[in-house]
Amino acid sequence: MDDGIVLTMRGIYKTFPGVKALQNVDFTLRKGEIHALMGENGAGKSTLIKVLTGVYEKDAGEICVDGIDGAVTIRSPQDAQEKGISTVYQEITLCPNLTVAENMYIGRDKSATVHWKKREQDADKLLKSLGIPARPKQQLGSCSLAVQQMVAIARAVDADCKVLILDEPTSSLDDHEVEMLFSLMRDLKSRGVGIIFVTHFLEQVYAVSDRITVLRNGELVGEFEVQNLPQVELVSKMMGKDLEGLSDLDKEGSANASEGEAFYEAKGLSSSEARPFDFRIAKGEVNGFTGLLGSGRSESVRAIFAADRITGGKILVEGKEKSITKPIHAMKAGIGYLPEDRKRDGIIADLSVRENIILALQVMKGFFHPMSRKEMEKFADEYIKTLEIKAASQDVPIKSLSGGNQQKVILARWLLTHPDYLILDEPTRGIDVGTKTEIQRLVLKLAEEGMSVTFISSEIEEMLRTCSRLIVMRDRKIVGELKGHELTQTNVMYTIAGGEKENAG
Amino acid sequence: MPADNRNKSSSFFQKNSQLLIPFVAIIILVIFNLIRDPGFFSIAIVNNNDGYPVLQGNLVSIFNGASELAILAMGMTLVTAASGGQDISVGALAAIAGSTLVKVLKSTETITPLTVILGILACCAVAMLFGAFNGMLVSVFRIQPMIATLILFTCGRSIAYWINGGATPTVSSPIITAIGSFIPGCPVPTPILIVLLMGILFFILFRTTTMGLYIQTVGINQGAAKLNGINPVGMKLLAFVLLGVCCAMAGTIGMSRLSLINHETLLLNVEMDAILAVAIGGNNLGGGKFNMIGSVMGAYAIQALTITLYAMKVPSTDVKAYKAIVIILLVVIGSPVVKDAFQKMKNRNGRRMLARKEAT
Repeated sequence: MDDGIVLTMRGIYKTFPGVKALQNVDFTLRKGEIHALMGENGAGKSTLIKVLTGVYEKDAGEICVDGIDGAVTIRSPQDAQEKGISTVYQEITLCPNLTVAENMYIGRDKSATVHWKKREQDADKLLKSLGIPARPKQQLGSCSLAVQQMVAIARAVDADCKVLILDEPTSSLDDHEVEMLFSLMRDLKSRGVGIIFVTHFLEQVYAVSDRITVLRNGELVGEFEVQNLPQVELVSKMMGKDLEGLSDLDKEGSANASEGEAFYEAKGLSSSEARPFDFRIAKGEVNGFTGLLGSGRSESVRAIFAADRITGGKILVEGKEKSITKPIHAMKAGIGYLPEDRKRDGIIADLSVRENIILALQVMKGFFHPMSRKEMEKFADEYIKTLEIKAASQDVPIKSLSGGNQQKVILARWLLTHPDYLILDEPTRGIDVGTKTEIQRLVLKLAEEGMSVTFISSEIEEMLRTCSRLIVMRDRKIVGELKGHELTQTNVMYTIAGGEKENAG
Repeated sequence: MPADNRNKSSSFFQKNSQLLIPFVAIIILVIFNLIRDPGFFSIAIVNNNDGYPVLQGNLVSIFNGASELAILAMGMTLVTAASGGQDISVGALAAIAGSTLVKVLKSTETITPLTVILGILACCAVAMLFGAFNGMLVSVFRIQPMIATLILFTCGRSIAYWINGGATPTVSSPIITAIGSFIPGCPVPTPILIVLLMGILFFILFRTTTMGLYIQTVGINQGAAKLNGINPVGMKLLAFVLLGVCCAMAGTIGMSRLSLINHETLLLNVEMDAILAVAIGGNNLGGGKFNMIGSVMGAYAIQALTITLYAMKVPSTDVKAYKAIVIILLVVIGSPVVKDAFQKMKNRNGRRMLARKEAT
């Protein structure tokens, strides 16, 4: 193996029943580089990672690791770790009720006895040298998500690792935490660790990566040096099409609508999680709640849908006073809600795609009016087609789909109920650029057809593109409202940061 | 033609893969018995004591004897799916139900069809109430199902004892005898007919309501179920109340077989067999997706095993030990680890076949 190369994968094939997940994929990782693995949902990123870590058995191909002669066979994640390949997954897979030191060394004992004192000293040394702000004796659960993530990384690199795989490590971190993680990554890089970085955030790729490998539909598009691949080109390589129409979305219709007749109005609405607030949305309007994580934006829309216990307030739907204290009331009033946490609140993991699609409509039809199998199949087929959901069939459990496709299924579930007002909380989180644009476009199309939409996203740019009115929240209070020409990134930033005066002019 | 058939059967089990285990268990028992005694499954029509022709044979005893268990397994499947836990008070509740029935029957001089109907309705109502009590502890107070039902498990047979003032009264009525054994003129044992009736009842419930979908949804993801307008508390209550009805029917059959109520021994330890039937049926004891047919097949497999062991002259004290061995085998075969291994083997074969096809 050449000097400076720690890992090569050549001609990797992997087929699942009905899907060619990887076809002749090559991947090369050099010593001390951060190598971004990019691709849309279903491009084969996860499959490649799982082949590399021994979760899946490859059908064909060759993997070589620095320091081991000849091709290696990786049988299990543990086997991978012994060969120097460590992985930190998106979801933290440590035990929050153990201490930081315990988490770093658990399951790695070679001898039957444990020297805890020494463990703690070792852990302390490693944490300090990596600049991770955690104490060895601290309970892991009491650390922030970012620190937990970093502890997971520390655990991974301590096991003499040559290749570190970071699978979507930043998706639940805020900007500051991401920066902390990046400095840790740069530090590891300078120590000669090769890092494979899987993410959906383009800016982050450009912030830390040296090289980018792009996959599309299970095939290799190419390997590029970061400086030779402008962001726009990366996107077009991932999507396999030109960027026409990607940036220009027409939201004129929605902008005019915001002055029109209100569909939904709340006065002093409050729930167990949200402080009293006033809110109004017109027919055909797209508006959004924005603010930092924890600012109360999700809690507010949850209150509209009565997802939490309602504690007060007056609600008018199409001018008539309504009592909405349970999700079913909201649904009957024509409101749909796509929750922020898809895994926890959205999908019914073991049920089929079909059942997941028809669920809300079935509930609205009532307990004594079950839909026939034929009806369900028809609806499922229709929406799988319109939203281009990629699934082997409508019978497969939703958990077998990729994140973006799961999200589309949940979206289909609510579209099927033909709501007058649809609340989308982070519909584009953790999904690829192509689907993102599709969803944004869909939102504007629905608004044009007269549906009211409330849209929440952590990406301000996305909000600016879709919403004609933004409600800004800070510390669980509405602190401003921006519309028309006020809708610029700086204005939003200022309002979020606490400059109500700035946007008055 | 044979190839066609194989394809069809494999696609059936692909869709209902969890039925494979109870199906295989029953097939193995059948083959084993046929080898041991080719006449094991022969069914004869003989005249019983009342002079009516009735079916007789090991197969009939299996189906007849498993009736209570099959009915309880149906209800237990729902409770398991909705709550992710099991009800261990079904035996005790059946004793309460049986005692209630006897109490009503004993309250009149002569037992008419009307008193029997009223009695069964009363015992259903009482069992549903106790089921609702269990369900409330589980759904409203969010107590672990096994802990919640431990209460009734502990005190249920005492309540049954109080209902008839501590006695174990006998009921002599041709109607009760008919429920416990044969309806004059009908060669099929009545308990089997009651199982059929309960099966039809559940079938109708599944067809005319969305119960199946809702219970699975609640069992898989309660929070998401709530956000889709489903009431998880209601669904869990419903599952426990329906299990109550199953207990009432099981208690009625059990009481009628002996024409007396013995609150201490009626369906003793049946709860464990009922849970086992659900497990052998391939259902996840952690809740979620369920298959009621699997549980019923599991119940029959357990009974077939028991009858086989008795037929082999295994002393009744040893039967449980032998049963345990078979159950260990079944549970291991049905475990995720073994299933995955099978799946991998199948994939490899499939690929080899595909490669061969492409080569030709």
